[in-house]
Amino acid sequence: MIVPVPSRWLAVTALLTALPLAAPASARIIHEERSLYSTILVDQQGPLRCLQFSVRRNQRNQSCVNERRPREMVFVYPRMMMASLLLNPQPRRILVLGLGGGTLPMALDELLPDARIDVVEIDPAVVRVAREFFAFAPSDRVNVVTQDGRVFVKRAIARGEQYDLVMLDAFTGDYIPEHLMTREFLAEVQEVLADGGVLAANTFSISELYEHESATYQAVFGEFFNLKPGDSGNRVILDRRGPLPTAAVLAERAQALQPRLEPYGVDFGRLLPLMTTETDWDSGTRILTDQYSPANLLRNR
Amino acid sequence: MALIIYVLAFVGGFAIMSLELLGGRVLAPYFGSSIYVWGSIITVFMLSLSLGYLLGGRLSLHHPSLGRFAVIFLGAAVCLYPLVHFSEPLMSWIFQRVEDPRYGSLLASSGLFIVPTVIMGMISPYSVRMLVRTTEQSGQVAGVLYFVSTLGSALGTLATSFYLVLWFDIDTILVLLTGALLAMAALATAAAWWGEHRPRDSRGRNAARRDKVLP
Repeated sequence: MIVPVPSRWLAVTALLTALPLAAPASARIIHEERSLYSTILVDQQGPLRCLQFSVRRNQRNQSCVNERRPREMVFVYPRMMMASLLLNPQPRRILVLGLGGGTLPMALDELLPDARIDVVEIDPAVVRVAREFFAFAPSDRVNVVTQDGRVFVKRAIARGEQYDLVMLDAFTGDYIPEHLMTREFLAEVQEVLADGGVLAANTFSISELYEHESATYQAVFGEFFNLKPGDSGNRVILDRRGPLPTAAVLAERAQALQPRLEPYGVDFGRLLPLMTTETDWDSGTRILTDQYSPANLLRNR
Repeated sequence: MALIIYVLAFVGGFAIMSLELLGGRVLAPYFGSSIYVWGSIITVFMLSLSLGYLLGGRLSLHHPSLGRFAVIFLGAAVCLYPLVHFSEPLMSWIFQRVEDPRYGSLLASSGLFIVPTVIMGMISPYSVRMLVRTTEQSGQVAGVLYFVSTLGSALGTLATSFYLVLWFDIDTILVLLTGALLAMAALATAAAWWGEHRPRDSRGRNAARRDKVLP
């Protein structure tokens, strides 16, 4: 009898275990786990420990830590997310949607000892992996909730809670939660932001989705800072409830914050020129709503 | 006549799966896209269909006719359309009262989808009754019928997830599904009317054939 699926799996497993032997320089997988929402992989390559959410070999890493310099952010996108501090340097209540390896909440916790941070992660396995392999440590100031981000925000509105900073980092490469991209969701985030509160969103810079998403953010927040480092496929959107700070204010805050953010690899000298409010998409693009949000289809166009 | 029944069953199958797929999008703003939201939706659809099969079979015992079949489609359309207007207030009401999103989503998908899905579930057994002429053929007829209606379901799933959500709002798709069910009600009514008003000789032949096969 032919049993195609298990034998294929055996072949894949054999390949995965054979690879490190064949090429000693390549990454070694130290943890692999199939969760309710994705396949979680942790690999180690020299001092670099990385988290991935897919078994496809060419999948980009989601989150990495350099064990020799554990504070330094390996990727550009978390550094761009930290530029949100230029819009509001002293957030006291922070909400992070999407945990990953915990890079952002841990950095914020260190930098802002007076802040209370709520982290919302849909996948309990990701929380476990972040604690075990990335030294993520919830505390009395860092509170982790296993829940869908949209549901958490709606409940927070009902409880009358407000945040000074919301970080949206819930999009992995494989599947986009489409209900976290709509006009209604962004309006809910706006409602949960205190006056002058800031939303930093890590999203996509390629495909048709870029146009639709940009038009949606513009419809809800008006003008926003759009950070696109060019090559990476990531972009970060920085919105503020209320008017955006002027270039002079940004430069002044950057200068004051730079020494504290140095250990994290954040270089405002490189980030500030990226912060543009220019509209480089067709502003007539159909916006994403709860009625219309085919983000996963648009991403492939 | 058989062809019409197959068309009706195909469209019924299409509408059921199209609605199920939309269900996830309807619930997501209030209950998220966690795995249990899909669990709730699938549970509700399976339960509703099983109940619909039971009721449809039951209904087919009493003077089955195309005219009555048309009423099933009309009922499904009438119960589907209110989703356009009442899903928001219903979900909001449940969201405020049920803290746990597992039971919230189960309640919401029950409230939204049970009634139309039960009615659409009646289509398959009723179609079997309309098509079966002899006991020897009954398995074959049921087989072809399942083939056609499940093919409709497959196409409903594919069309909705690949194209319809890319072109239309959810509400527009619901209106289109309502329209398709209404069109099927009209088709069945027209076929029933035609069956009664065809020229005499043809009707006589038809009646004779029916006498022969139905005990």
